[in-house]
Amino acid sequence: MIRLDVRRLVDVTMRTFVALAALLAIVPLALILGFVVYRGAEGVDLALLTQLPRPVGQVGGGMANAIVGTVVLLGLATVFALPLGIAAAVYLAESPDRGLPGLVRFLADVLTGIPSIVIGIFAYAVVVVPTRRFSALAGGVALAVIMLPIVIRTSEEIIRLVPAALREAALALGVPQWKAVLRIVLPAARTGIVTGVLLAMGRVAGETAPLLFTAFGNQYWSRGVDEPIAALPLQIFAYASSPFEDWHRQAWAGALVLIALVFALDVVARVVTRKRGE
Amino acid sequence: MADGIVVKDLNAWFGAQHVVKHVSMEVPRNAVTAVIGPSGCGKSTFIRCLNRMHETVRGARVTGAVLLDGEDLYAAGVDPVTVRRRIGMVFQRSNPFPTMSVFENVAAGLMLNGVRDRAVLRERVEQGLRQAALWDEVKDDLGKRGLKLSGGQQQRLCIARALAVAPQVLLMDEPCSALDPIASARIEELILALSKELTVVVVTHRMSQARRVSGWTAYFLLGELIEFRPTRELFTRPGDRRTEDYITGRFD
Amino acid sequence: MPRHVDQELTSLERMVVRMGDAVQEQLRHAMEALVRRDEAGARQVIDGDRGVNAQDLEIDEKCVEVLALYEPAAGDLRLVTTVMKIVTDLERVGDQAVNIAQRVLELIVEAPAEPMLELLRMADRAAGMLKESLQAFIGHDTALARRVCAADDEVDELKERLFRELLDVMIADSRAIPPSMRLVLISRYLERVADHATNIAEMVIYMVESTMVRHAEAAVAPRTRHEGDKP
Repeated sequence: MIRLDVRRLVDVTMRTFVALAALLAIVPLALILGFVVYRGAEGVDLALLTQLPRPVGQVGGGMANAIVGTVVLLGLATVFALPLGIAAAVYLAESPDRGLPGLVRFLADVLTGIPSIVIGIFAYAVVVVPTRRFSALAGGVALAVIMLPIVIRTSEEIIRLVPAALREAALALGVPQWKAVLRIVLPAARTGIVTGVLLAMGRVAGETAPLLFTAFGNQYWSRGVDEPIAALPLQIFAYASSPFEDWHRQAWAGALVLIALVFALDVVARVVTRKRGE
Repeated sequence: MADGIVVKDLNAWFGAQHVVKHVSMEVPRNAVTAVIGPSGCGKSTFIRCLNRMHETVRGARVTGAVLLDGEDLYAAGVDPVTVRRRIGMVFQRSNPFPTMSVFENVAAGLMLNGVRDRAVLRERVEQGLRQAALWDEVKDDLGKRGLKLSGGQQQRLCIARALAVAPQVLLMDEPCSALDPIASARIEELILALSKELTVVVVTHRMSQARRVSGWTAYFLLGELIEFRPTRELFTRPGDRRTEDYITGRFD
Repeated sequence: MPRHVDQELTSLERMVVRMGDAVQEQLRHAMEALVRRDEAGARQVIDGDRGVNAQDLEIDEKCVEVLALYEPAAGDLRLVTTVMKIVTDLERVGDQAVNIAQRVLELIVEAPAEPMLELLRMADRAAGMLKESLQAFIGHDTALARRVCAADDEVDELKERLFRELLDVMIADSRAIPPSMRLVLISRYLERVADHATNIAEMVIYMVESTMVRHAEAAVAPRTRHEGDKP
């Protein structure tokens, strides 16, 4: 009898401890979200979402071009990273663990650890210098390089998860291997790959440093991808480090919009996964 | 009886492991041949050598000859992809393509090989489904996703898919092992019907199935072909003591 | 490692032995009743056939059961089918014992004709063949089984000799015809017993070697059959 009570006591104690630890871990996240919502909510209005920034010193204006710019940059980054990433993932998934594939995997992992500003410098050297201009393209390239290892690794995992039986069924029908991968394996991995891409997009949406000297930022609408383009993180950075109260308010609002964007991407990723999981 | 497949001194390895050893046999045409033996005896590897699926595994190796209509499928310059169009395969666990409908599944072999004519596809799909004794059950809803069928139906779907490309030989690797007795019995009936036009090789671990379904039976043990003779003889008077021990359940 | 089915197969063999013993007893008692002119003994044999038939049914049923439940193959399968056939032959031997007993009853009433020495020798040989065929079954002894098959000719010969002797007796004295005919019939029954023993021996050879020797010699030396005999 006594043994049972002691055990129960220990059980309750541990449960409480673990729950508290979990709560503690969430506290920073809650604080950030809470604070941003608190400070940013008042600034999110139609003006913010639809107007261009006003010249220095003037009150008002918005971040419409930055919001659109972030979307454009994400789009470009995805266009660059997706095909290359999936191709690499397919290559890795179909290969043994040693030798060249092992090296590629290792490099991809290393790439995830490279500071984003270094990647920005790389994009600067490779795109901005030869074209002699800052551009959305350069920003897209920088973000793509950050996205790439994430897309590769998650896609590779997903492709590996596709049952070998499917590939075998296709091969047994007399379908060449490349076709089997393209038409059978990849479609079966579709959901997982999409999720991976969405998550990668969410990850790079807030990258600021690489955009500093690639996309560079723009006060106006960009008329093409070969021009500098505004982006939410850049705009937030610029406004937050300014002395103007109004710009501070807009910076908070911009941060809220950015978090909302990332949040939306994650939610979509979740919805897509659950839907296909039936 | 003219031969379906002639196997000559077939050997197969997984890396350094020799799993099929010097197997020679003549599989009769348009008949059912059963391949039996204890787990690990190499029977699955053996049939996977017949349609050159064994080599898709990393580190796998095959030597020897497999002759279909007199041509060696392992001759230099023979494309394994074309071999697999002439020799189809059905697996232990049904594996319909998950993103495709019933129609698309059966047509997959044709569509992926460039056949686009809808009329041709429809005809071959119907024929495949009829041969697999599944047509009546799905004809009203060919657009249904393949995975929504029952286990037995899915396996018949896979059979229809294999048959739609009109192979000369159908290999079946324990096709009923994941199915209940009724679904199993259906597939056995189907195998008997198919064997009139097709050479069928069935790997099975159920001897009763080999007895019911096959005209010839091959007994494998530890990678070697111990005995290959008409089913009715193998089960009433086998020639080799090892065969007798296996089929009478003496495992020592 | 013993299998579950081995128990059943051993049980079947034992049942066959038991039935074989019973049938041999019947035969012996029938011949004893003939020699001792024992009416009660003869009637006992006739009654005793019920027990033999019951065993026949019991063993047959058990064989069907084993086939259904165990799906035996190869050697096991041949054992079971052999048992089914042996048991049929044994039951027929039982019938022959009854036939003999019935003739004994008639002979007791009619006339004290001495059973010929040949008849007793025939009975001895036939009983011996039966015993040996069953021994061959138990021991899976094909050499013994083959000897049994070979002995069939001897019994046929004895029957012919006996017939000729009785013929002489009947020609000499027409009153001796009824009892002599009965003795002729008894000799036929004994010959049938030898045939059944040969059948059993042939089945034993099939069971062990899976070669069919049954009917193989039919083309060469057809066994003599007569009308009026129970098949």
